[in-house]
Amino acid sequence: MGLDFSVVPQFYDIILIGVLWTVAITVASALLSFFGGIVFAVVALYGHWSIRLPFRGFAWLFMGTPLLLQLFLIYFGLVQIGVDLPAFVAGVIGLGLHFAVYNSELIQTAIIAVDKGQMEAARTLGLSNGQALRKVVIPQAVRDVLPPIGNNMIALLKDSALVSVIGVSELTLSAQRAIGRTYRPFEFYVVAAACYYIINLGMEAVLRRIERRTALSR
Amino acid sequence: MDVDLMLRVYPYFLQAAWVTIELSVLTTILGLTCGTLGAAARLSRFRVLRIIGATYVSLIRGTPALIQLFILYFGGPQIGIQLDAFEAGVIGLGVNIGAYMTETIRGSIIAIDKGQSEAARTVGLSKMQAMRHVILPQAMRLMIRPLGVNINALIKGTALVAAISVVELTYTAQRYIGSTYRPFEMFLLSGVLYMVIIYVTGRGVAWLDRKARIV
Repeated sequence: MGLDFSVVPQFYDIILIGVLWTVAITVASALLSFFGGIVFAVVALYGHWSIRLPFRGFAWLFMGTPLLLQLFLIYFGLVQIGVDLPAFVAGVIGLGLHFAVYNSELIQTAIIAVDKGQMEAARTLGLSNGQALRKVVIPQAVRDVLPPIGNNMIALLKDSALVSVIGVSELTLSAQRAIGRTYRPFEFYVVAAACYYIINLGMEAVLRRIERRTALSR
Repeated sequence: MDVDLMLRVYPYFLQAAWVTIELSVLTTILGLTCGTLGAAARLSRFRVLRIIGATYVSLIRGTPALIQLFILYFGGPQIGIQLDAFEAGVIGLGVNIGAYMTETIRGSIIAIDKGQSEAARTVGLSKMQAMRHVILPQAMRLMIRPLGVNINALIKGTALVAAISVVELTYTAQRYIGSTYRPFEMFLLSGVLYMVIIYVTGRGVAWLDRKARIV
């Protein structure tokens, strides 16, 4: 069976919807991983030991096992305890938490690296510990690690293909649907790859812009 | 938690862990080969090779590994490449991680001070000799740790071949989740095995790194 890309245009609507869902799941998980990462970092650094220890275990488990396995756990595990989430939500939670753990590691080191004088000055001005952390320390820490966090988000975009295995109809599953009707795997997977590549380029451009903006305010 | 069930099924998980280890070792070898060739191409003085190297890295790193696997395994037969799932897994993952390793290796070579190669050239070594006897020995020390990070990602990445039904750890976990409806227990079993593999590999890399240190 040779290659025949002429069947692709008929399925442009399925592919387009897949692209939109991939963008949606990536943006939603990226936001969750960003804010989750900040929360996790604060818990890991300042939390009471009774929260901190189980949290370390959780982070360790998430960094030591494959994302695909975690997605199975979340999707099927939640059903076991009676929570029947739509696949999309389970996918966002899985991707978001997985990358939140990675982001949290970055943010923790950045928080430690922020000059102690910043915290002291904020406390002197009358801010509470929490306020000083929220308004003075964390913004500086996050700004310092934006480039590596951006890299994590690019990785997240590519790993979003994995949620197709729990049945989220994003780009990869769209390609599979089209393949089911045409039996042309090569053509549609290459088209899907091209779409990912383009989304990737767009995302890199946006991230570079954000980095430039935040760098200017130094 | 159903410990009885875990005790009953764990031999299957051990077997699957061996497949994961095999996959990881073969993928590492292929990845290092692709990474070395890729880095050599990217640092070559021939423009064509540089472009080929850069395209390889950009295309592979810009698209999901899962899609690359699917193109190779499901799309391969259309262009005359017939592979079984295990072979497709090793080749797909190896070529994928090779692109990341290309950047690691290239980065370590570039990081060596320019004065080193200038000094080597001054004492009469050819460009190749300078690379072989002066730059590479130093760069290899630098790249052990970051390559370790690549290998760590690769081990977790082997889970992807579950999607083309290679019976490794994740596939086994998925199958037993489906038949026992005990996701947490199965996750724990396979998760612990993954972490053992990753821990041992990490210790190995740290040991190599210590050995290679000069001071």
